[in-house]
This record gives sequence, C-alpha cells and structure tokens, in this order.
Amino acid sequence: MSTIPIFADENWKLPSRGRVGILSLIIGESAIFTIFVVAYVYYIGRSSYGPTPRILDVPYFNTVCLLSSSLTIWLAEHAIERGKIRTFGLWWAATLLLGAIFLVGTAVEWSRLIVVEGLTIRTNLFGTTFYSLVGLHATHVVVGLVGLSIVMLFTLFGRIEQRHAERIQVLGLYWHFVDAVWVVVFTVVYIVGR
Amino acid sequence: MQRRRGLPPIQPQVLIPSLLCTHALRSVAEGAMTTPSILKPVSTPANEIFHLSLFVLLISGAIFVVVAGLLAFVIIRFHERRGDAEHEPAQIYGSAQVELAWTVIPVLIVVVLFLTTARVIFAIQDAPEPKSALDVTVIGHQFWWEFRYPGLGIVTANELHVPVSTQQRPEPTYLRLLSADVDHSFWVPQLGGKTDLIPNHPNEMWIDPLKTGLYRGQCAQFCGVEHALMLIRVYVDTPQQFDEWVKNQQQPGVQDSAVAVGRHIFETEACMNCHTIEGTSAHGTFGPDLTHLMSRATIAAGAATNTPDNLRAWIQNPNTFKPGALMPAMQLSDQETDEVVAYLTTLH
Amino acid sequence: MADQTYPIPGTLDRTPSGGATVLEWLHSWVVTVDHKKLGILYILYALCFLLVAGAEAMAMRIQLAVPNNHFLSPELFNEFFTMHGTTMVFLVGMTIIFGIGNYLVPLMIGARDMAFPRLNAFSFWLSAFGGLFLYFSFIGGFGLYGMGNAPDVTWWAYAPLTAKAFTPGHNTDYWALSLIVMGFGTLGAAINILATAFSMRCRGMTLFRMPLFVWLMVVTSGLTLITITPLTAAQVMLVIDRYLGGHFFDAQAGGAPIVWMHFFWIFGHPEVYVLILPAFGIASEVIPVFSRKAIFGYPAMVAASIGIAFVSTTVWAHHMFTVGMTSVGNTFFALSTMMVGIPTGIKIFNWIATMWGGKIRFATPMLFCTAFLFQFLCAGLTGIMLAVAPWDWQLHNSYFVIAHFHYTLTGSFLFCMFAAFYYWYPKVTGSMLSEKLGKWHFWLFFIGFHLTFDTMHFVGMLGMPRSIYTYQADRGWNTLNFWISMGGMIQAIAVLIFAWNLIRSYRYGKVAGNDPWDAWTLEWSTPSPPPAYNFAEDPVVRSRRPLWDIKHPNDPDWKYER
Repeated sequence: MSTIPIFADENWKLPSRGRVGILSLIIGESAIFTIFVVAYVYYIGRSSYGPTPRILDVPYFNTVCLLSSSLTIWLAEHAIERGKIRTFGLWWAATLLLGAIFLVGTAVEWSRLIVVEGLTIRTNLFGTTFYSLVGLHATHVVVGLVGLSIVMLFTLFGRIEQRHAERIQVLGLYWHFVDAVWVVVFTVVYIVGR
Repeated sequence: MQRRRGLPPIQPQVLIPSLLCTHALRSVAEGAMTTPSILKPVSTPANEIFHLSLFVLLISGAIFVVVAGLLAFVIIRFHERRGDAEHEPAQIYGSAQVELAWTVIPVLIVVVLFLTTARVIFAIQDAPEPKSALDVTVIGHQFWWEFRYPGLGIVTANELHVPVSTQQRPEPTYLRLLSADVDHSFWVPQLGGKTDLIPNHPNEMWIDPLKTGLYRGQCAQFCGVEHALMLIRVYVDTPQQFDEWVKNQQQPGVQDSAVAVGRHIFETEACMNCHTIEGTSAHGTFGPDLTHLMSRATIAAGAATNTPDNLRAWIQNPNTFKPGALMPAMQLSDQETDEVVAYLTTLH
Repeated sequence: MADQTYPIPGTLDRTPSGGATVLEWLHSWVVTVDHKKLGILYILYALCFLLVAGAEAMAMRIQLAVPNNHFLSPELFNEFFTMHGTTMVFLVGMTIIFGIGNYLVPLMIGARDMAFPRLNAFSFWLSAFGGLFLYFSFIGGFGLYGMGNAPDVTWWAYAPLTAKAFTPGHNTDYWALSLIVMGFGTLGAAINILATAFSMRCRGMTLFRMPLFVWLMVVTSGLTLITITPLTAAQVMLVIDRYLGGHFFDAQAGGAPIVWMHFFWIFGHPEVYVLILPAFGIASEVIPVFSRKAIFGYPAMVAASIGIAFVSTTVWAHHMFTVGMTSVGNTFFALSTMMVGIPTGIKIFNWIATMWGGKIRFATPMLFCTAFLFQFLCAGLTGIMLAVAPWDWQLHNSYFVIAHFHYTLTGSFLFCMFAAFYYWYPKVTGSMLSEKLGKWHFWLFFIGFHLTFDTMHFVGMLGMPRSIYTYQADRGWNTLNFWISMGGMIQAIAVLIFAWNLIRSYRYGKVAGNDPWDAWTLEWSTPSPPPAYNFAEDPVVRSRRPLWDIKHPNDPDWKYER
C-alpha cells in the first residue's frame, strides 16, 4: 500500500527506539527526584527536634568513585564501538567495581549515622528527608548495578559483540543519569543543607 | 373569598424588646433568607467578589455568544444537504492571519481580566487591619468550630457573633484561622470567600457585615466522616445586641443549686475531660466550651437544634445525629442523663 | 489497499481459526504483546470501571436527591466519592487513552507494532493489577463500621487527614499503593508511545505529517512523564510517613501539610490535560472526516497542543487559592491559569474553521464531537471564572467546581471517547455500531448531562460545598439536587444503551469494510479488523492524508500543505 513513491535517494533516518525510550525514562525519573529534592530543600532547618545535618560527613571518596565510573563506562562504550571486546570488558568491570564501592561506602555511612548518631528515617524530619532522598538515589544505583552485572555476565560468557554497542550505550545513558543525579543530591545534602 | 381577620400591626414597642431576647432573635433570624448564596453578599469582601464576578460573567457571556453563535451557524449553514454534488468541498488548510487574529484577541481579553482580578486580590488580601477591628481566633476541630475572642476573654463554639459594620462605625472582624487536627475551611458565602484552616499554618481573613441577621455556612474542606455536619452560624448583631451578648458570655457558668446533682455528675464523669464550663472544675479543651450552651440555637455544630430532647439523645449516643462524631456515647443511666440535661439547660 | 483478509491465528477474525479452544483463545489474550489486543484489553478494562464508577455516582445521587437522606451512611458515601473520582481518573481515563493510543498509533504511522511490545504488555498488566488492588479494598477487612476499607479521604487525599493518626485503617494505604503500581504502568505506556512515534514511522511520514491524534498522544505521553511521577513521589512520601514513621507531612515535627497539596496538584493539574489532550486528538480526526475537509491550521494545532502542555505545568496552585498563599502567589497562578485558556481557545476556533465551508455529515461520531465543542467552550469559560482567584475563594470546593470539571471530563473527554467508539469500532471489530441506538445514546446522554451539570453550577453558587453526604433541608438546595439526580438517571440509561450497542453490534452490525467513513489516515487502508502484522507492505506517504492522495490523484494534499 503506497502512494506516489518519494524520491529514492531520500534518506529516511529515525532515532533509535532504545535511545528515545531511555531518555523518556530519564525525564520521568528526573521528575521524581525533583520532587524529593524540592522537599529536602524546603525542609532544610525545619526539623523541630533531633539531629541536624551537622552530623553528616561529606562522602568525598564515594563521590569520586561514582563520578569516575561515568568516565570508565564512557571508555567502555568507546571500546565496544570499535569492536574491542576485551578492553570493553575491562572498563565495564571497572565501572561495576566503582559503583559497588559507592554502595558499600553508603552502607558504611548509614551504619555510622544509625548506630552512632541515632539518626533513622523516623527520628525527625531531617532523618526522613535524608534517608528518602539518598535512599532513592541508592536504589537507582542498585538497579543500575543489576543491569551492569547482567552485561558483565554476558561479556564473561563471550556473548557481547560489536553490534550490541547501541544497547550498551542505552544502559550507559542510564548510568550517566544516576551519576548526574548524585551531583545534585550531593550538592543539596552535603553542601547547601549542612 | 372570605376576608381573613388580620392581626393588629406589631408595635415597635413590642418588637424591640423581643428582639433583644436571644430566643426571639433566633426565630426572627430563622425566618430570614437561609440560603447561603454567593449572589447575596452583605460584606465588603463578598461584595467585591460579587461585582468582579458580574464583570467576568459579562466577558464570558460575550465570548459564549460569539463562539456558540459561530458554532450554531456552522452547524446549520454547512449541514450536508440531500442531493449534494458528489465532490468534496474546497479544502482550506489554514490561514496565518486568521490564526494571528484569534490569538491576539484572547490575549487582550486575558490582560483585561487579569488586571481586574489582581486589583481585587490585593484589595481583599492586603487590606490593612483597622484599630476598630474585632479579633476572633477560629480553631477548626473534627467536626466543630472553636471561636475565641482574645480581646474580650470569650470562648464559644459553632455560632459566631459579630457586630454589624456601618459606614459611620466601621467594625470589621478579623479572623485568625488555626486547626487542631486536619484541614478545614471557613466558608460563609454571604460574608466572604472561604479560607482554609491548616495545622501549623495560621491564616487570616476579614469580614465586615453590613446588614444584621443570621448567615449560614459550613466547613468547605473535607475533614473526615462528619465533614458534612460541621455547620457555621454567624449572627451579625446591632452594637447593643453584641454588647449584651459579650457581657453574657463573659460571665462564668450559671450556678443553679436546683441542678447541683447534674453538675456533680458532669464534673465527676468523663464530661470534664473534654469540655469546659467556667466556674466549675471542668476545663477540658478537646470538645466545645459549654459555659453558655443554651445561648446557642443548635448543638453538634448544627447537626441538631438545641432542645432538651436532642441534648439527651446526643449525650446518650452522638451517633444519633452525627455518626462518626468524636464524642463517645457517655454510658450514663437514664436518671443520670436526665440530671445532666437538667443542669446543661440552665447554662444560658 | 488490500481487501483480502488472511486468516491469522490470534487476531480477532470472526472466522474460527482452525480449532482454537476457549482456553487457547483466553491464553492468547493473556500472553499477547500485540498492540491491538492490548489496546482492546485496556479499553474493555476502562469500560468495566466506567460502569462501576457510574454506579457509585448513581448511589451518591440517590443519597443526595433529598436532604437528610439515609440511603448511604456517611462512611460509605465518603468511600464512594473517593472511589468514583479515583476510578474515573485512573482506571477509566488513563487506561482508555492509552488503550486507544496503543491501538491506533502504530496503525496511523504505518508501523507493525509498538516500539516495545513486551513493555506494553507489562504496563497493561501492572495497571490492571493496580486497579483490582484498589477495588479489593472494598472487601479486604472490616474497616470503619464494617464498611470495608475503600479509600475515603477524597481523591486528592490531603494531609494530615491521611496520617496514621487520623486514618488508622488501611483505606489510604490501598489508595497510595494501588496508584503507585498503576503509575509505573502508565509510565511504561507513555515511554512506549514516545519511542513508537519517534522511531517507527513509515517512510515519508515526517513529524509534521503525523495524524493529529498521534501528535496529541505524543504530547500527552511527554506530559505524562513529568505528571504521574510527582504523584508517585508524593505517595511514596505518604507511605514512608504511614509505615516507616516518616515526618514529611507531620506538622508537629516540622513537616507541612501544604507540601502535600503542592505536590499533589503539581501532578493533579497537568493530569487533567493528560486526559483531555487525546480527546482533542480524537476530535481532530473525526471533525475533518465528517466535515469533508482537512483540519484547519495543522501547524497551529500542533503548536497549541505543545503550548497547552507547557503552560499546564505552571498553573497547579489554582487549586490552592484558599490555602493562604500571598497575594503575589495568588496573582501569578491566576495569570498562568488564564493563559492556558489561550491555546485551548485557538484549538476550538480551528475546529470550527474546519467545519466552515464543509459538508457536515451528522453521523453519531460527529454528533458527539459537535456537542463536545459546545461543552468544551462552556467548560473553558467556567474555568476562566475559577481562574479569577477572588471568585474562586467563593467557588472553590463547591458544586460549581464539580460542575466545571464534569463539563471537561464528562462533557468533553467522555463525549470524545464516545465519538472514538463510534468512529473506530468498525475498524476494530469489522462491524458498524447501530446508528439508531447511537442516536438514542447521544440524545439521552446529552439531555441527562445538561440536566445534571447545568443545574449543578447553580447549586454551587447557592453555597453547597462538595464532599458532603447530606445537606440541610432549609438551604434552598432541595429541588436543584433532585433534578441533578434525575439527570444522572437519564445518563445511566444512555450508557446502558451504549453498552448494549457495543455488545449487539459485534454480532449483528453491518459489515464495515476497510473504510466505512471515507477517511484519509493510514488505519483505514487495512482490513477491518486489521491482521496481526497491520500492513502487508510498509506504507510510503507523502502528505498528512495519504488516502486522500490516493482517492484524489489529480488534487493530492502534498501540492498544498505547508
């Protein structure tokens, strides 16, 4: 079923559905994070009792790890575009490792806050907003790590090829998003809010 | 048709003393307009809103006539007729000039509407409070209204008395709106727009009723099971009536030895945990202040008229009138209930 | 334009596909990833809940027909109006728009299916489960006075009424959790529509040659991404407050109920535009075909739709004019709300201009769209009235507001959905709906709608607030309420006629053929119902109306389109 055919040499290029899909997801997730960030910012200094943000230690090391993982994942994408699967595998593993270090670091920070400082999600308003916002981000890191792990497994079994580069980039976009959100959360919680 | 024997005309000398009696005041007010219509404003904010609404209605009406008229015309004129030629009508894809025209004109209308609206917003919200204003604190509860007059030392419930405000003697009432539990909204349409009562978020509004009478309203923000029966009565009194009312309210509770038994029950049963009666040991604040209960026309925030029978039924089981009200059934014996009711009905 | 029908297993041909048992047939529906079947599942789901929420409305109207009535207890009434609103918005509105969108978007852009068929199925089943979970609340547990645990805190569930202290039962939990689950389903559906429209158009179909319905679905989906998510966030906060002892909305800990209000309406206002934009898309397809003219001002319509989506994100606090914002705050939101009326008005003018000079055929779809134009005009004007903040201080939370939003949701949204049914049912099933029953449906519903909702404006102006299970006999609202309820009965009868039409015409309707309406977009080039693969060959288009070009080879659109 066709109308008068259009000129044969006209290029018909459409964006990839994976990219559109992940960008749409990122926009939606950004809206969720915005609401939690707005709540956090609005409630700065409004706890009527309980521990204040003074008890927070700025997680410099964690942040460096997470932000570096954006670099390593970019290097991994770069490698697979050129078909260098081994290089890809190494950089991908580095990303996974850096992400895992971030999570472990978060766990250590939280255990200190809970056990030593006595701050939980129900302690006061600051506790509620802190754990909700940082926890929401950590959840997204976990989801990202699950995705990264699956790709890592496929790589180890030799199933990843150059033609998967686009899909890898889609996952990479999600990971960059998670890092970008951390920049915002870090600034709001540890710089502005303290 | 037989001529009905008329009653002699009511003499002013008879009328005014009756009016001063609270009971008569109530029945006259009952007969007055009881529909809380926003189209019958008697206070400056309500008036301002009413006049603005007429202007907006005029503009909307004009838009309606033009656009609905166009639609009607199009339906009639371009209806497919039987035996229409088989070819399609001329295909018109658009016109930049037309699009511009019907963008610019609405923009202009919006500008006019917006400027008018902004003026009224500032006039009502930012009106400075004059020294002669009466201050009332309104505290919303599930499902009743607490009214405090901090300058006069009065606490009452559900029925608000304010003085009439005239050109010569402007006496607006400034309401400070607080909440003890959930969100409520104070709405007496004839006196002004509504304003919400939000916990930990004090709000303010003002009214200056220009005509005496009884004005009705009710809670306008869903607050739970009995939101529908959280009614408001505002009595706009003449200066003399208002002074009389204030003086009465400032007295402690009536001490009538004939009903001492009932008073004793009130003070020793759970009643005193929630209610206050000045001059007794009852200083509870969870429920309405009952010191001058009989000065009110209704009980349970308007759910029932204030009669001894209704009082008895209410005390035995509040769910009779207001299922879900937070007052528990008091589990008093019939004898005890009678005594308590006898006591309460002395609290004028 | 292939007229042959290839027997394909798993499609909706009435010809039995070689011995499929009932179980196999059911199974094919449960596991399907075909956008057409999923679209139909969404739509049937929405129709069922339309009847349920309609019954809830009828029960409420019986209770309110006379003052001090005892037909429904206050607890049940409060559950009914909460569930009526929540059901109509989420289980009917959101599902039906994504159902119609799912069905039509691939067909209209010449694609084989949606971009992510499995995500499509997942989204549907998530939404379906969420809705069923919501209704389980009626029977799960005893609740207050044995009334079940259905949510009873209004569909906007203001804090702190929803705090555990004030609502200890599970009502609010059902509300929050079911909507969080449905929200993820909606998010998936929106992502799918966007990916499909951007990545799967057939050759020659540039963005500016997409049918307006597809454009409106794209704008809707984009808006959904940033609309549903704030609600999810706020509900997660509510669940944290209720279950983990959080303090987001706990005034005593420093939290603020007003934050819930802002977050909810940041969702709530754009949400109603999410609902109405696809309705605009439907009108933009039906009106041109039945006026026998191309849509007037296609680029303006696209721009206006995008404009509406953007401006709608700036108006939310017009639901909060009475909460005590500053005069500057109130003024800002009054202005932004008035501004959203401008692109909306432009659309109305463009539709009327489409009809101008046409040869209008008033078949049932067009009857519904014409009534939509009239009612949407009225709805827009009452919306402007509500935008005037001081007037809103009177009208807020009164029956005037209920009248306004039923004019937009019933009088505009639902009327367009009815039009969509009459227009596309032949394509989906291969049979025409009965015109006779359609006209009965239309006129009865029109009369009942106006009797109810015109009257409602007045009872609101006479001071009747919303969310009340009864009212005093001496407030002057009795007669008006009675007639409002009568109108409801008439609408109920009309909807039953519609349901009967749907059922009966499936078997006894006239055979539709590919293109019963002599229309111009790609879906009309496929058999009715379309085969599983939609198009035997990938279409190639050169204008906005590919079938017009074929039917009028001497006068094709691509010579004139801007």
